[in-house]
Amino acid sequence: MRLHEYQAKGVFAEAGIPTPASELARTVDEAVEAAEEIGYPVAIKAQVHVGGRGKAGGIKLVDDAEEAREAAEDIIGMDLKGYDVETVLVEEAVDFTNELYVGVTMDRGEGRPVAMVSKRGGVNIEEVAEEEPEAIAREHIDPAFGMHPFQARKVVYDAGIDGAVAGEVASILTTLYEMWDERDGSDIEINPLMVTEDDDVIAADAVFNVDGDALFRQPELAEMEEKAADNELEAKAQEYGFEGSNYVQLDGNVGIIGNGAGLVMGTLDLVDYYGGSPANFLDIGGGAKAERVANALDLVFSDEDVDSVVFNIFGGITRGDEVANGINEALDEFDEIPVPVIVRLAGTNAEEGMEILNTDLVQVESTLEDAVQAAVDAAEEVKA
Amino acid sequence: MSVLVDDDTRVVVQGITGGEGKFHTEQMLDYGTNVVAGAVPGKGGQEVAGVPVYDTVTQAAREEDADASVVFVPPAFAGDALFEALDAPLDLVVAITEGIPTQDMSRVYRRLQETDTHLIGPNCPGIITPGEAKLGILPGNIFSSGNVGLISRSGTLTYQIVDNLTNRGLGQSTAVGIGGDPIIGTDFIDALSLFEADDDTDAVVMCGEIGGEDEEEAAAYIGEHMDTPVAGFIAGRTAPPGKRMGHAGAIVSGSGTGTAESKISALEAAGVPVGDTPEEVADSVEDLL
Repeated sequence: MRLHEYQAKGVFAEAGIPTPASELARTVDEAVEAAEEIGYPVAIKAQVHVGGRGKAGGIKLVDDAEEAREAAEDIIGMDLKGYDVETVLVEEAVDFTNELYVGVTMDRGEGRPVAMVSKRGGVNIEEVAEEEPEAIAREHIDPAFGMHPFQARKVVYDAGIDGAVAGEVASILTTLYEMWDERDGSDIEINPLMVTEDDDVIAADAVFNVDGDALFRQPELAEMEEKAADNELEAKAQEYGFEGSNYVQLDGNVGIIGNGAGLVMGTLDLVDYYGGSPANFLDIGGGAKAERVANALDLVFSDEDVDSVVFNIFGGITRGDEVANGINEALDEFDEIPVPVIVRLAGTNAEEGMEILNTDLVQVESTLEDAVQAAVDAAEEVKA
Repeated sequence: MSVLVDDDTRVVVQGITGGEGKFHTEQMLDYGTNVVAGAVPGKGGQEVAGVPVYDTVTQAAREEDADASVVFVPPAFAGDALFEALDAPLDLVVAITEGIPTQDMSRVYRRLQETDTHLIGPNCPGIITPGEAKLGILPGNIFSSGNVGLISRSGTLTYQIVDNLTNRGLGQSTAVGIGGDPIIGTDFIDALSLFEADDDTDAVVMCGEIGGEDEEEAAAYIGEHMDTPVAGFIAGRTAPPGKRMGHAGAIVSGSGTGTAESKISALEAAGVPVGDTPEEVADSVEDLL
């Protein structure tokens, strides 16, 4: 789960990391009022989960009330890479001499956290990592001990930061790591960490991603989780309990429903292999109760781009006859089946299941390949 | 012969009194697995499906001479349950639990390095040696005994590929679901090395998916260390980039790795045929044997 910049900065400030004076605004008037209060120049920053906000026009620096009003009018309500901007952060613009990068993340390959520091802050750090990996200093942390003070110093000096500011950065990195550890962070970063003329450092941006699996013990962060989705389909998916990465909307026209992430991914690939284009990824998980199946179908039917649906269930412990009953009951709830539905059942009691399925409503195929091929053909027919 | 589990494996079920734990204990017993004990704090002295329950894993291991465990403990307590299993110590721990916080797994993984225990999972379907024993939630009836080893990050996709193999008469020596979490115990390389050392495994199927670099590292390992032929499958060719990869996480992996293309080309460069479909994987295995 990803916090908004203003939420992340709130958490940072609470931990003692210096952040610029700022206020959240939902309307143009609020934004101007906040700007007047903070004093110019201020930055007006769109609060959406999108990287590269500045380039996309989601961040504007303004010098007076008139400019503030114009910028707020432009940004509030704008579509930023597919996200509606509803709030802006109005923030004191900091005079800086240098922009640094500091971050803590889990290195999954090593199974342990890694702290990262670079002098190349203020730019897309992924690009730096790719083009100039040596510009980012890294230090792995033993989770049994936590970050030793020397490690914070080491990685800061390794990054080529020295002088009075090195101690400040090391201290911020230490706080960042402790926060990562206590708050179940997955990725936390400050980019840029601005250095002022007086060698003060200040977090001008803040990224805080929390491990979604740990929200049960982070009630304060869990409350910040936004249920508001970015479009109707995602909202519906959340409402039906297909949260997080269980439903992903794609560009194609073949709807895909299955059980298990790997199998659904494999089904997507097969649709592509047979010349079709997947409309979505939808993993309904274990079991196949009628209600969940009905919800899954309703969600995929709601996508206007969908021209056919392939329903691929591999019954492990779940029995095929139960799944079939679930599908029949689910389909009964629809007055009309809007697009062809192709069902493939395999595994435990699959044959019994296929006999139960109501073939007036769905087409039944016995192999994965045949089912996907049929769905791709059906989608093409609709298009033609 | 087989890998990690056989007729003699003596199993403790951690979390045996919960719904999942009880149901799958019955399923494992039906399959012929030697489930000898359960371990649940505060439930010592009870019985589940005829299996005696102990308060601690250590007691269960001592009293029933257990050497392996299957973990169905809920995510909030699973990290502790894994530490307990490592402390016993057991030779093999299979963690079925889905949704364990990553930082908990980081600590478990750190501890694991100090032990000789094999940890499988978490968030995995388990391990099965067909006809002998299954530890986990895999549907026993789709497997058949044979000489093909199978390693997979995904549950139902494993079943799909096993189904394709079994339908061709290609039985399995052992199938391991290593789990789809960012931090897991036994990885592809660990499992590959076990199959390489197993006399009764004549070919291995490795079923990977997008994310991380484990498949790329496994490909390098196969190229350098394996005589047993390997066939591959990678799920997620059409998955949109950047969906599940974190922001700062992308720095560690760098870009260009973690994609299906990167994994497929690494495997093919190591001489591993990568099937476009599960059927093609079965074709490859037939060719390799």
